[in-house]
Amino acid sequence: MTGNWQILAAVLLPLLGAIGIAATGTRPNLRETVTLATAGALTLIVWSLLPAVLAGGRPTAELFRPLADLPIAFEVEPLGMLFAALASLLWIVNSVYSIGYMRGNQEKHQTRFYVCFAIALSAAMGIAFAGNLLTLFLFYEVLTLSTYPLVAHKGDAATVRQARVYIGILLATSIGLLLPAILWIYNATGTLQFTSGGILAGHIDGPALGLLLFLCVFGVGKAAVMPVHRWLPAAMVAPTPVSALLHAVAVVKAGVFTITKLIIYVFGIDYLFAEPSAGWLIYAAAFTVLAASIVALRQTNLKRLLAYSTIGQLSYVVLAAAILKPLAEVGAAVHIVAHAFGKITLFFAAGAIYTACKKTEIDQLRGIGRRMPWTMAAFTIGALSMVGVPPTAGFVSKWFILAGAFQSDNFVAIFTIILSTALNAAYFLPIVFRAWFREENVAPPSNHGEAPWPAVLALTITAFLTLAFFVGNQPVLDLELQLVRPQP
Amino acid sequence: MTLTAQLPALQVVLPMLTAPLVAFLRLPQLSWLATTVASATAFGIAVLLTQAVLGTGTLDYAMGGWPAPYGIALAIDEFGALLLLIVTGASTIALLAGKASLDQQIESARQPLFYAGWLLALAGLSGIVMTGDAFNIFVFMEISSLAAYMLVAGGPDRRALTAVFKYLIMGTVGATFYLIGIGLVYMMTGTLNLADMEARIAEVADLKPILVAAGFITIGLALKAAVFPLHAWLPNAYTFAPHAVTVFLAACSTKVSLYVLLRFDFFVFQGNLERHDVQFAGFLLPLALLAILVGSLAAVFERNLKRLLAYSSIAQIGYILLGASCVSLLGLTAGIVHMFNHALAKGALFLAVACIGVRLSRLWVDDLAGLARQMPWTLAAFVAGGLSLIGIPGTAGFISKWYLISAALEQGLTGVLTIVVIVVSSLLAVVYIWRIVEVAYFGSRDAQSPPVSEAPLSLLLPTWFIVIANVYFGLVPALPVDLASAAARSLLGHLL
Repeated sequence: MTGNWQILAAVLLPLLGAIGIAATGTRPNLRETVTLATAGALTLIVWSLLPAVLAGGRPTAELFRPLADLPIAFEVEPLGMLFAALASLLWIVNSVYSIGYMRGNQEKHQTRFYVCFAIALSAAMGIAFAGNLLTLFLFYEVLTLSTYPLVAHKGDAATVRQARVYIGILLATSIGLLLPAILWIYNATGTLQFTSGGILAGHIDGPALGLLLFLCVFGVGKAAVMPVHRWLPAAMVAPTPVSALLHAVAVVKAGVFTITKLIIYVFGIDYLFAEPSAGWLIYAAAFTVLAASIVALRQTNLKRLLAYSTIGQLSYVVLAAAILKPLAEVGAAVHIVAHAFGKITLFFAAGAIYTACKKTEIDQLRGIGRRMPWTMAAFTIGALSMVGVPPTAGFVSKWFILAGAFQSDNFVAIFTIILSTALNAAYFLPIVFRAWFREENVAPPSNHGEAPWPAVLALTITAFLTLAFFVGNQPVLDLELQLVRPQP
Repeated sequence: MTLTAQLPALQVVLPMLTAPLVAFLRLPQLSWLATTVASATAFGIAVLLTQAVLGTGTLDYAMGGWPAPYGIALAIDEFGALLLLIVTGASTIALLAGKASLDQQIESARQPLFYAGWLLALAGLSGIVMTGDAFNIFVFMEISSLAAYMLVAGGPDRRALTAVFKYLIMGTVGATFYLIGIGLVYMMTGTLNLADMEARIAEVADLKPILVAAGFITIGLALKAAVFPLHAWLPNAYTFAPHAVTVFLAACSTKVSLYVLLRFDFFVFQGNLERHDVQFAGFLLPLALLAILVGSLAAVFERNLKRLLAYSSIAQIGYILLGASCVSLLGLTAGIVHMFNHALAKGALFLAVACIGVRLSRLWVDDLAGLARQMPWTLAAFVAGGLSLIGIPGTAGFISKWYLISAALEQGLTGVLTIVVIVVSSLLAVVYIWRIVEVAYFGSRDAQSPPVSEAPLSLLLPTWFIVIANVYFGLVPALPVDLASAAARSLLGHLL
């Protein structure tokens, strides 16, 4: 264990937190204090790395050396810094929300829930800071396994069946496709180190490169590029805080983050751009964006709609990365943040509605805006961000992705973005309209108010972040422009 | 001569001489204690020997001071040291953990004899690993096998008797084949010392009998090692044996036979028989692939917990053989490392089964429904062992998978097929392990069945010790990997 202490602390602290949570399981208030304290400390530690990285530094650390020349090692670079900063910050907000949600719904096994959550966050930090593919793969699998108990939380037969889909697809793709891809890369290049400009040039070329890209993209099942997306709707059986932080931020973003990182640091964008056999990725991503939006149009359950919206939005990131132009790569990174703020808000809102009045179907939401004005205002902001309307975060990322697409005259990407914007509007705006402008249709009229205050506080914060990101995105841009600027 | 110089002899002599003493001890508690102390000492000796081998290379020891090739020579190289660690370690852990389980399953009057048998099995297995004499291998093989038949049959389950009968018949056929093989070699070379054999076959004019001997020895040892399709004795023998015995035998008995198979083939035959390495690979590779697929598939459809794990063992033997049949440095390293890692993973799983076994009398998968709430630590250990078996990164199993796939990648087109098989069977492992996990964690317990409590600490502690070893050797695998790659190098060194 050597190197930068903040990196090691970021990976190990949530694990210590998990032990603390397990030890204080009998006293809920103390247990939640441990969660919040861990989340807060983690955020401080992660964010304290930011100045160094902004200044162009690349802190490194090493944990173990399982294989002779393949250490479990970390190196902070802009993309991972962004992902870690995002996940740690939202963990605090999400923990506040979880307290409201889990207590409001009197969920069982709350200690197990918080323990697994902390382990999942440790894995997310490991993925973010991974310095080589082996490390990334290790934490990728830890993330899959630690989230399984969260998805299966309810424990009844239907939930377990869905959770089986979840773990089945994620493990099968990672062991079946990603692991052979990693070994192939290692065998061909003799290294798995993430390197600016990629490591494959001169080792693998021609159709083999396209095949390797195929193994990587579908091996990273967490990115939910169709047809390996089925686990995401299945995971919606989890309690809403899990859907919010893990299936809108940590897990799915770990997926698209991995793909983006592979494209930039293993394949190399210029090398991949010059290889025609890698061109299929943009079509696969475009297809997923459009198909997911069309499926979302037909959903009647709010969480499932959000799940399909997530699948579409994730492929935006993949699409942006697949454009293989500098501005689009920045767009991919920015969209990871923008979508995270918006989608976590939407999930928080869905969970708050469920906690307040047990409503899960879109049809039941008529007139709910008057009963839960804060929640629905936040929901509206989140929905606008998904569509990409100013002044929300979604607009910023779409701007960069489009700019990147124009850089390479990539009309497939441009067309996809425009069409999917329309589709996003078509499935989100009716919900917003119904919530604010239609009369309630339940008899007898319900008389619920807002969800417990921690939940409302959390969704207000994330809605605010969604708006704030529209004006305050400069630090993120500064960080991510380093990705495409040649290193000094 | 100091005592340390005699360690190789003590490794075998100590358990062998303790065995009759234990048989005469009338008190079951005392006989367990004596056995455990002897086994733990043997493990200590194995550790010392490993250190010595790592420091100075192969240890040679002439029994009774008679120099090889006239006397019996003991030789311990890296490969042998690794196997000694597995054998003595498995025995010690199984004894430490198995007390509660054995007390339940073996009547106290028969316990002293049972423990004497255990020590004989331990002595036999260690002897096979260390001796450099082909006939001596046969003798130790018979000692360990006869003792193992007794151990397997020692449990309360009467079905163990038919299982053991099958084991006995097939084991004897295997041993006889081996004996015929070394008879032929002896006829042609006049020597029984392995190193001497290697040198003398080169002088033999007519190689036909040697070729026949190679066939007999390979098949005989494959039978003992339960290589597919000669595995029929294994599932029931593991299923009906007392739980602690299953832990011991599953971790090491088949691996010792594989060890002899590899040593014989690489030391004696491959360098001397033309294209024998190609025959070796061409014969064993398909068997290994079939073993992996058939074993995993059988495990997926099996409903008896112990038999399920036994079928998984058949698949794992396939992995070891698969690595060896690559006949390359990486491949052999992979196979040998997997001997160690599989012993850890299966050891953890069967220990968890032993924990469950002291609380439940029936061990079908459905009987575990909802058990995780009542035995959380046991089931958590089971999950961890299962993850190692699947080969999740961070566990010992991943290291073997990594080396295996790396070795397969070197093989070109057949390698791709091999990788497909490895991946498919890993996914099948996910299926059969996860089925148990789901039942245990999300099933609901039969309302009529009495509540069960967590397994006793004496069982849980060794179980978790092995679980932690799984993680430790997944993150810091230097020891087994170094030993295995040195072993692979020395095996390949005999191919010229």
